[in-house]
Amino acid sequence: MAATEQTTPENVRDLVTRRVAQAYSAGFVTDVESETVPPGHSEDVVRMISARKQEPEWLLEWRLKAYRRWLKMTEPKWAHVDYKPVDYQSISYFSAPKSMKDRPKSLDEVDPKLLETYKKLGIPLKEQEMLAGVVPQVAVDVVFDSVSVGTTFRKKLAEAGVIFCSISEAVHSHPDLVKKYLGSVVPFGDNYFAALNSAVFSDGSFVFIPKGVRCPMELSTYFRINERNTGQFERTLIVAEERSHVSYLEGCTAPQRDENQLHAAVVELVALDDAQIKYSTVQNWYPGDENGVGGIYNFVTKRGDCRGPRSKISWTQVETGSAITWKYPSCILRGDDSVGEFYSVALTHHRQQADTGTKMIHVGKRTRSTIVSKGIAAGHGQQSYRGLVRVLPLAEGARNHTQCDSLLIGDQCGAHTFPYTEIRNPSAILEHEATTSKIGEDQLFYCRSRGIPEEDAVSMIVNGFCKQVFKELPMEFAVEAQKLLAVSLEGAVG
Amino acid sequence: MLEINNLHARVEDKEILKGVTLSIKAGEVHAIMGPNGSGKSTLSHVLAGREGYEVTKGGATFQGQDLLAMEPEARAAAGVFLGFQYPVEIPGVTNLYFLKAALNAQRKTRGDKELDAADFLAYVKQRVKQMQMDVKMLHRGVNEDFSGGEKKRNEILQMLVLQPKLMILDETDSGLDIDALKVVSDGINAMRSKDTATLLVTHYQRLLDYVQPDFVHVLAGGRIVKSGGPDLARELEEKGYGWLAAA
Repeated sequence: MAATEQTTPENVRDLVTRRVAQAYSAGFVTDVESETVPPGHSEDVVRMISARKQEPEWLLEWRLKAYRRWLKMTEPKWAHVDYKPVDYQSISYFSAPKSMKDRPKSLDEVDPKLLETYKKLGIPLKEQEMLAGVVPQVAVDVVFDSVSVGTTFRKKLAEAGVIFCSISEAVHSHPDLVKKYLGSVVPFGDNYFAALNSAVFSDGSFVFIPKGVRCPMELSTYFRINERNTGQFERTLIVAEERSHVSYLEGCTAPQRDENQLHAAVVELVALDDAQIKYSTVQNWYPGDENGVGGIYNFVTKRGDCRGPRSKISWTQVETGSAITWKYPSCILRGDDSVGEFYSVALTHHRQQADTGTKMIHVGKRTRSTIVSKGIAAGHGQQSYRGLVRVLPLAEGARNHTQCDSLLIGDQCGAHTFPYTEIRNPSAILEHEATTSKIGEDQLFYCRSRGIPEEDAVSMIVNGFCKQVFKELPMEFAVEAQKLLAVSLEGAVG
Repeated sequence: MLEINNLHARVEDKEILKGVTLSIKAGEVHAIMGPNGSGKSTLSHVLAGREGYEVTKGGATFQGQDLLAMEPEARAAAGVFLGFQYPVEIPGVTNLYFLKAALNAQRKTRGDKELDAADFLAYVKQRVKQMQMDVKMLHRGVNEDFSGGEKKRNEILQMLVLQPKLMILDETDSGLDIDALKVVSDGINAMRSKDTATLLVTHYQRLLDYVQPDFVHVLAGGRIVKSGGPDLARELEEKGYGWLAAA
């Protein structure tokens, strides 16, 4: 009829494709001289990493135990993802910009090229400190390949008694705390990727909030993979003591490259009595191109331990990047009346595949958990929600509410739901809701017939779909997440 | 205002409209009646720009512009409004946000200043009251968990907010109880003026008791087979459509 472009699944795909081609603005490479260990793993590599970081003996031993365990393990195959096997001998397990060798003492000593990289990514580290008081304050730790580049606002945090630094540094400055909590939530032999991480982890953030302290600002770590053929194996540990409170944000990007790069992180959270930890992620690793060439393999273990009564751990994630995502931020609800939450938006397009969800392990009495998962698949994207709710015999009066919704754009993508429940206490109450819908031609025409242009309409519909999750994010992050989705989907029509 | 000239349209291989000719002037209300499958909804959709229809012959102009060459959003900005027979749900997008986005998109296209949040809220609340709806509905998702009647009221609310020039109302009366029918009719009548025109697409006489049409047309087999005044609607109510389809 009209001389207009028809809205068909075919041009939906075109639009998504076109959009995504221009979408990945973080795909640049920083030209810095790096010291990268030759590819391959061995006990020597583990020893080298540990020596390079001048680690104490106990940590080296721990790494070696993990390494020996890992050698006996096999890569998990149960996830609903399909990818070329990883050649673990072709990966370099450590890379650091040369300028970081003699660790800079402050941001003033950091290589300007590195600071420039973060500025390009929208994280101006130095300016951020100078602008303090003008813009909302967020303390940032940045990790470039295998090392932490610097952490802002340290002084102000120290006044509140908050420790926020790289984990390599914490090993030296707070060895007792690290020794006490490292591996206490995710043991070194927990799973294949966690074992690998425990053996070769390079850097990451360490956060400690002492008793009764409400952290005076948001804490944030920004992870960046730059070097070719390297894996990133960061390790984050957050400990919230009794009655303390912290909100932590994590962001990630990587250059656009043709080969797949491995990212196998471990995040451990410990919440003691009445403590609250809110952990938010906006993950935008390079997703690969439209034919599925390149992109990050994001194989991550994240787990929180609600160790004390009435403690609360809340995971919020917006996952738009990576070629393959394998990730299940989980909560062990050990303390009576503790609360676990998982809010997730995952977007897959092109050949991206995501198998993500959560585990809620109810151990204590009257423990409660909430799961809200929103999966969006476009192009040939594959999207799986995998979630476990386990109620142990002593978890009298446990409750769970699970909601998982999938939105399909076009007709080549897929959405799958794998809910598991194991209930060993009859007083448990579980609710599960699931829906799958398509961005319909109906919805688009409805918006357009009211005068709203097509691209705005798609972005509006998708944002509406994700609203429940976005409202859990800190304000600036919510805006960021909405923009990221709008950018990834502009022009996507179904 | 609207000139439809020998319009032929098909869906896939099936020809639905087989030469519709109709002229609607500013200030007029036309009703199109007809049996199921006669092409009433197709006509509404083609005029509003829905995908999936192929115009094979003829055309339509709106205020002298080639209507069928325009994108749906451009038609809306020019002043064409379609009241949906089955209004669509958009979960998570509030009515307030939706209405503001729609009005401001139209204003932007027309080169008018966009309304700010406070002005818009005052403007929209007044119209919500006019439709005898609870202002809380503004914070609910667009048509999300609305009853059939609420959805139809919401269509008219959108119309009142957007202030179109040509209103095409596709079976807006279906699914309404008598009280709701009255509110909806009042909304339609409030939009009547010498500068606006309305095309009511309906099965039944009862809407026409509240919204008096100037002209009534019978669409059958993809063509207008009879036109007349309001009396024609009453005659149809008595005799049905059979005698016309045969003609």
